[in-house]
Amino acid sequence: MAANDNLHTLVVRVENKPGVLARISGLFARRGFNINSLAVAPAIDEKFSRITIVVDVESAPLDQIVKQLYKLINVVDIRSLAPTEAVERELMVVTVQTEDFAGVRALVEQYDATWLIDSHGKAMLSISNYPDTIEEFEEKLTPFNIIEVQRTGKIALIALDDYPQI
Amino acid sequence: MKTYGGKALINALEREGVDTVFGLPGGAILPVYDPLLESSMRHVLVRHEQGAGHMAQGYAQATGKPGVAMVTSGPAATNIVTPLADAYLDSVPMVAITGQVAFASIGTDAFQECDTTGITMAVTKHNFLVSKAEDIPQVIHDAFHIATTGRPGPVLVDIPKDIVDEFNPNSAMTDYVPDSHDLPGYHLDPEPDVSLLAEAADMILASERPVIYAGGGILKARAAQALRALAELTDIHVVTTLMCRGGFPDDHPLALGMPGMHGTFSAVTAMQEADLLIALGSRFDDRVTGKLDGFAPHAKIIHVDVDAAELNKVRPANVAIQADAKLAIEGLISALVAKGAPDAQAERSAWKSKVSGWLENYPLTYDPQEPGEGLKPQQIIEDISAASPDDTIVTSGVGQHQMWASQFWTYNNPYTWINSGGLGTMGFAIPAAIGAKVGMPDRTVWAIDGDGCFQMTAQELITASVENIPIKVAILNNSYLGMVRQWQEMFYDERYSEVRQSETIPNYKMWAESMGCVGIRVDDYDEVGDAIAQANEINDRPVVIDFRTEWTEKVFPMVPSGKTNTDVMVHPSQPHDEKGRAL
Repeated sequence: MAANDNLHTLVVRVENKPGVLARISGLFARRGFNINSLAVAPAIDEKFSRITIVVDVESAPLDQIVKQLYKLINVVDIRSLAPTEAVERELMVVTVQTEDFAGVRALVEQYDATWLIDSHGKAMLSISNYPDTIEEFEEKLTPFNIIEVQRTGKIALIALDDYPQI
Repeated sequence: MKTYGGKALINALEREGVDTVFGLPGGAILPVYDPLLESSMRHVLVRHEQGAGHMAQGYAQATGKPGVAMVTSGPAATNIVTPLADAYLDSVPMVAITGQVAFASIGTDAFQECDTTGITMAVTKHNFLVSKAEDIPQVIHDAFHIATTGRPGPVLVDIPKDIVDEFNPNSAMTDYVPDSHDLPGYHLDPEPDVSLLAEAADMILASERPVIYAGGGILKARAAQALRALAELTDIHVVTTLMCRGGFPDDHPLALGMPGMHGTFSAVTAMQEADLLIALGSRFDDRVTGKLDGFAPHAKIIHVDVDAAELNKVRPANVAIQADAKLAIEGLISALVAKGAPDAQAERSAWKSKVSGWLENYPLTYDPQEPGEGLKPQQIIEDISAASPDDTIVTSGVGQHQMWASQFWTYNNPYTWINSGGLGTMGFAIPAAIGAKVGMPDRTVWAIDGDGCFQMTAQELITASVENIPIKVAILNNSYLGMVRQWQEMFYDERYSEVRQSETIPNYKMWAESMGCVGIRVDDYDEVGDAIAQANEINDRPVVIDFRTEWTEKVFPMVPSGKTNTDVMVHPSQPHDEKGRAL
């Protein structure tokens, strides 16, 4: 994805309880807030989960999104991350169908991606990197006939200088 | 102590101080109704689960204590969704207990199963699906804490049958008294920031045209006395929103009445012309602001709300204070006094005389009762108000009668006006009145209702009769869905679409009598006084008076939808221009 000033990253720590994700997505839906991407997994302390949400602050002011999120009883804390405060990563797995494996291999090398498997003219690759780099990698792969792609959405940790709130 | 989930639930409710449960049993909640037989709590058996929810709301708003409703799964749970949504929008503390199919059956489309927590997620402050019997005491303790603290609201607790059923091993547990809350994400922050209070105090002292805009948060925070002290210290006029009627005495010289779409001309206009709005527990609702970009165009804003998300949500504030309204007002008073109030205030005599002029020239009014015409609904309300004790509790449904009941009853005490403000739920009046009367049995409780609303929840009068809850109901019966009719007359070229009810069906007097109430029908104004006196004297059963009112009556003042408050139309009998605006 291209850099977009309207996108803002929130790292939300929630109680690891059934339905918490539904509460968050329901809140975004009924208040008209847009989610660009969302990634969720248990935190170190398994009583909690960490959710990285990339929100579109053009749909609503960031301040209002954060305050409404805080009103959810299961939301424990929220860290709003400016790009300088965060180390951000995204994972993409992609399958291409091409005669030109050599060209694909060159790209894999250039972008420090991983060649997972190949069979019958198809190759499956993965890359973990900055979202912008992934975007670039996907563009470069396009001539090699992408037949399936899945991105995880961005996850983020607080930069070491700002450690540790969450 | 070894026990089972059903008994533990009853114990937990008793520990929270619950004295009354409004409910209706059914399959999934049945195991809880058995230990209820031994409980000291009163159970009021409703005729429809919506009634249980609104009764809990009426009880809560009259007493300040959380209302409790208990119903079964599936259709009972969906029937209580409307009261939950109502309580959510009006910040009413209530706890709803719903039965659920056995935990292992959830998701199988079992009999009377529905996804209650999923359905009510958007209309509750929080909800719980309890999975283990041993969690019941903690969850109930947490539910009441959430419902009653911060910005109050409805909390639903969904309880699978197997964990409360004495005869199911899943219900076995050891009862305990929770000593804390298990809510790591719930933090209360009621204390105002002192530096913001000082800033607000400076703005108040400097203001030449200030208005206090008091909302429902005043009543929720039990801040009516503090509000009065602030108004009197600073000599600033107060508008009380629909959710704050009674929060400041109507007979006080600084009272301007209700603002908004059907607010008084003085309240609406004072806000429009103000240079400072002191918003206390109010949320700039669209019915108050009218067209937002034309609302109070000259006003700076001080906004106090316990819910941080209300601050800067609709109208940006110059000073936004997240705090309990009572603590904030008390802090504001201290800050003002420290800065020399009231002597240090700006000169406001020109403003005061302007406001006095509006109050004098454009009071609430209506055309006088004429012989041969239907009863004037405004007059009926004034008459009931005058004939009833000053601390009478009034509930209403939604529509014209609600606006008249807000406008023409004189509210001098807090917690005397209970209505559905945010959601606008027709049929609210009767069950809310029942709940209020149960909570405040020594007080006179009048439900001011419309004929449309009455037909939505009238069956709860059976509850009232059988349970000996002697409320009084005034139906302002114009045989129309009156507010819709008013809009069709004014904005749809008098094209009346599906607003006419029958003048003859139902027979309200007979209907009331069949439900165990005293039924009275009043057609002529001569009979009004006697009927009201009779109703006020009867205390052993509910009374329903069918007042046959003039159907052409409209609610004024009115800010037409989509217009700014500057376009407020005054009563046609008052001096006005071609658009109905005051001259």
